[in-house]
Amino acid sequence: MARRITVALAGNPNSGKTTVFNNLTGCRQHVGNYPGVTVETKEGACSWGDTELHVVDLPGTYSLTAFSPEELAARTFIVQQKPDVVVDVVDASNIERNLYLTTQLAELGRPLVIALNMTDVARARGIEFDLERLSILLGVPIVPMVGSRNEGTRDLVAAVIRVATGGPALPPRHVNYGSEIEEEIERITRTLAGDEPGVASVPTRWAALQLIERDPAVEHAVPPQSRAVAAASVAHLEKVFGGPVDTVLADRRYGFVSGACQEAVRSTAEARHSISDAIDVIVTSRFVGLPLFLALMYLVFLVTFRLGGPATDLLSQGFGGLAEIVTRWWPSGVDPAVRDLLVEGVIGGVGGVLSLLPNVLLLFMAIAILEDSGYLARAAFIMDHLMHHIGLHGKSFIPLVLGFGCTVPAVMATRILENRRDRLTTMFVAPLMSCGARFAIYSLLIPAFFPLQWRAPVLWSVYLVGVALAIAGAKLLRSTALRGESVPLVMELPPYRMPTIRGVCIHMWERGREYVKKAGTVILALSVVLWAMTTYPRAPEDPVCERGRLDATRAFHEGVRSLSSIIGIPTESETLSRVLLSRSGGGRFTTGGGVIPLSEDGRSDDEDASTSFLSMLDEVIATRERMATANDPGSGGGHGVAGRLLHQAGLTRLAQLEREDPHLYEAVTRYLDRIERPYRMAVDSINADEHAARLGYSLGGRVGRFMEPALSPLGFDWRIGTALIGAMAAREAFIAQLGIMFAADGNASSDVLQTRLRSTYPPLTGFAIMLFILIGSPCVPTLVVTFRESRSWKWPAAQVIGLTVAAYLVVLFVNTLGTLLGIGTATIG
Amino acid sequence: MSLGMAKTGQRVRVVSIDAGRSLQARLSAMGILPGVELTVMSGGARGPIVVAVRESRVVLGRGMAQRIDVV
Repeated sequence: MARRITVALAGNPNSGKTTVFNNLTGCRQHVGNYPGVTVETKEGACSWGDTELHVVDLPGTYSLTAFSPEELAARTFIVQQKPDVVVDVVDASNIERNLYLTTQLAELGRPLVIALNMTDVARARGIEFDLERLSILLGVPIVPMVGSRNEGTRDLVAAVIRVATGGPALPPRHVNYGSEIEEEIERITRTLAGDEPGVASVPTRWAALQLIERDPAVEHAVPPQSRAVAAASVAHLEKVFGGPVDTVLADRRYGFVSGACQEAVRSTAEARHSISDAIDVIVTSRFVGLPLFLALMYLVFLVTFRLGGPATDLLSQGFGGLAEIVTRWWPSGVDPAVRDLLVEGVIGGVGGVLSLLPNVLLLFMAIAILEDSGYLARAAFIMDHLMHHIGLHGKSFIPLVLGFGCTVPAVMATRILENRRDRLTTMFVAPLMSCGARFAIYSLLIPAFFPLQWRAPVLWSVYLVGVALAIAGAKLLRSTALRGESVPLVMELPPYRMPTIRGVCIHMWERGREYVKKAGTVILALSVVLWAMTTYPRAPEDPVCERGRLDATRAFHEGVRSLSSIIGIPTESETLSRVLLSRSGGGRFTTGGGVIPLSEDGRSDDEDASTSFLSMLDEVIATRERMATANDPGSGGGHGVAGRLLHQAGLTRLAQLEREDPHLYEAVTRYLDRIERPYRMAVDSINADEHAARLGYSLGGRVGRFMEPALSPLGFDWRIGTALIGAMAAREAFIAQLGIMFAADGNASSDVLQTRLRSTYPPLTGFAIMLFILIGSPCVPTLVVTFRESRSWKWPAAQVIGLTVAAYLVVLFVNTLGTLLGIGTATIG
Repeated sequence: MSLGMAKTGQRVRVVSIDAGRSLQARLSAMGILPGVELTVMSGGARGPIVVAVRESRVVLGRGMAQRIDVV
C-alpha cells in the first residue's frame, strides 16, 4: 500500500517556489519573476518510490498576516488542511528576508523543511553556509537546491518523507520575543488552553501571538474572555514599547534570523546585485525608461507579426486544403448538410482560430520573457509616476500588461493590489488591454485591409487606443464611483534573471494548450451553434438561381460545341463538354492535374483528339498559374528579378505551345477565356447571391438585420453584426463566424477569407471592427472572473453596458470622421 | 527627514514609519522597519524611489517614501 503525504509549498515571491513545484511534480506551471504571479493555490501529484506526494503550491508571500488574501489563504491552508509537511522555499541569495517567513511558518506548528534554493547564485556572490549549524539554530532541516537546474529535488523528497514519517527530528526552536512579550504570550495561552472549538486546531502560542498582533481573523475565533485578556495585554505592551507591538514582533523575528545567520552564514564579498543595479541605472532612469519601455512593446508586436506570419499562412493553407479534401471526397450517400457542418462549421470555425496559433504563441513567449527576466516589475516602476495621474499606482500596471496575454489572468492578478478601489478600477479597465484572442482577430483583419508597411503601425495604434481608453476610464472611475486615496506603492524589484528556455517553453506550451483546448471546446461548440444559426431555417430554393445556373451550363455546352471542329471531335458528342464542366467544378475552383479519363462510355473515336486538347489545356493552365504566382507580391513574387524571370519564362512557354499546334492553342485559349471564365463568374455570382439570400433568411441573418439600423452608422452591415454577437461569448468566435459567413464554398483558409473581406469592406470598416472588438463588452469568461473577484454582479454588468456604449461611441466617431475626410473609404479588393 | 527627500546613493536609517497596520506589516515583512539601514538606489524629486534593504530592491511610491522618516 502506497503512502500518501501532503506537502504544502510556501515561500517568498521570486524564491523559485514554482520551479521547485515543477521539479517535484513534473507538472507544468508558469514561473513568474515579479511579485504575485501565483495568485491561486495550485496542486500536483507525483510518486517517489512507494510514496505518493500530493504537492500544493501556496501563493508566494512575505509573511502570514491576515491583511492580504494571499497570506490569509496560505495560512488558512496550513492551519485547516494540516499538510503532513510544509516545505519553505528560501532564496539563498536573500536569506535573511526569506527566513522571516520561516519564523512565522514554524509557529504554525506543522513539520517544516527548508528548501534552500538558488545556492548557485548565493555561492557566486560569495555567500557560504554552514547548513548543519543553521538547521540546528532554526530547528528545521535544510536541503540545498538549485531549482533552475533541478538539483536537490531527490534530497528534498527524501527529507520530506523522513520528516513526515517521524524520523529523528531536530529540537524545535522558536523566536524569543523578550520577557515582556513572552509573559503576555504566557498569560493569553493559559486562557486558550481549554479545547475551545475556534482554537483547538491551532497551536496556542501562535494564536496568542496573533492576538497580540490584533489579527482580526483570530480575534473572531477565540472566546470573549481570551479576547479581553489579549486586549489588556496589547494595551500593556503598547505602553511599555510606546507604540504598536507589531513592529516590535517583526524586529524580534529579524533579530532571531540575523542571529542565526551571523553564526552560520558568511559573506565574503560585498558587491551584490551589481549587474542588476547597473542595468537598472539605465532601464529605470527617468529619460531612457519610458521610451525604452514603449520601444520594447513595439518590438514585441513587430516580432510576433513578422515571425508568426509565414507559419500562420501555412496553417491556414493546410486547413483550406483539408476543407477541400472533405468536400471533394464526400460520399454521395451522406447528407450534404453534415458535410456543410463539417466544412463550414467545424473546419471553417475552428480552423480559422487554430491557424492563428503561431502568432498567439509568439505573443505569449514575449510576455513570458518580459516577466521571467524581471523587466515587468521595472515597467511597473517606470509607469508608477504616470499611473499616479490616473489615480492608480505602478503595480496596477502588472495586471494590465498581463491583459495583453489574456484578460482572465489579468483580472485574477489584480489581487496583488491591496486596496479594493485600486483593484476594482484595474479590473474594470483590464479588458481594454488587447488580449491574445483579439490579437488573433487583428492578425486576420490587418493583413486583409492594410499594405505591409502599414500593418505594424495600425496594430500599434489599436493597442494605444485601448491603453488611452483604459487611462480615461480609470481616471473617470477614480474621480466618481471609486473616489479615494490610493494605497502607496510597495513592491520588490527582483534581480534580473536570464529567462530559461525551459521556463519560456513551459509558459508557451501552457498558453498554447489553453488556446487549442478553447478552440476544441468552447469555440467548437460556438462554431456549430453559429453555423446552425446562419444555416437554419433554410431558405426555399430560389427558381431564379436555378434557372441562372441552367442558363450558364447551357451556354457552356454550346461554347464547347462551337470548338468541336477545331479540336476534331463530332459536334453532337457531349463527352468532352461534360468532362470539362466537371473539371470546372460547377463553381468550385479546380486546378490542373493529370488528364481525366473520359467517361465510362468506353473508348470513343474522338478520345485521342480530346486527350490532346486536355493535355494542352492542362499545360496552359499550369503555365498561367505559375505566371500569376510570379506576379503576386503576396507569394514572394512581384517586382523582384525572380518574379520577372518567371513571368518571362511563362510567356516563352505559351508561345512555344502556340507554335506546336496553333489551332489547338487557339481552341484552348478561347475555351479558357470566353467559355470557362464567363461560366465560372456567372456561377460564382449566382452562388454568392444565393448564399447571401440564405444567410439573410437564417436566424443569425435576421438577428443581424434587426441590429443593422443601429450598426450602419458604424459602417457595419448585418454580417458583422451577427459575428459580433459571437465575439461577446469569446473573441475567437468572431473569426469563426466570419469564416462561416464568407466561406461560401468550403474555402476555410484565412487567406481566402481575407480576400473576401477586402473586396467587401473598405479599410476604414476593418479598422472600425478592430476598435469595436477591442472596446466592446468583455468575453463571458472575463465577466465570470470579474464577478468572482469583485463578489458582485454590479461590476460585470457595468462592464457590459459601459464598454459597449464606449465602443459604439468611439467607433461612431472614427467612422464618421473617416468618412468625412475620405480616409480608407474605398474597398481595395 | 523623509525618505522622499533622500538622494540617490545616500545611506539612511529608518526612524519611524507613519502607515496603517496592514502597510506597516507589509513593510516589516519586506525588511523595512525602524532601525534598519537602507541605501537609496534611485531617488529624486518625483516618481517612486528604489531602496536597497538587505539583499532586495524595493520600490516605494512617492507617497509611501514621504511617510518614512529617516536619518
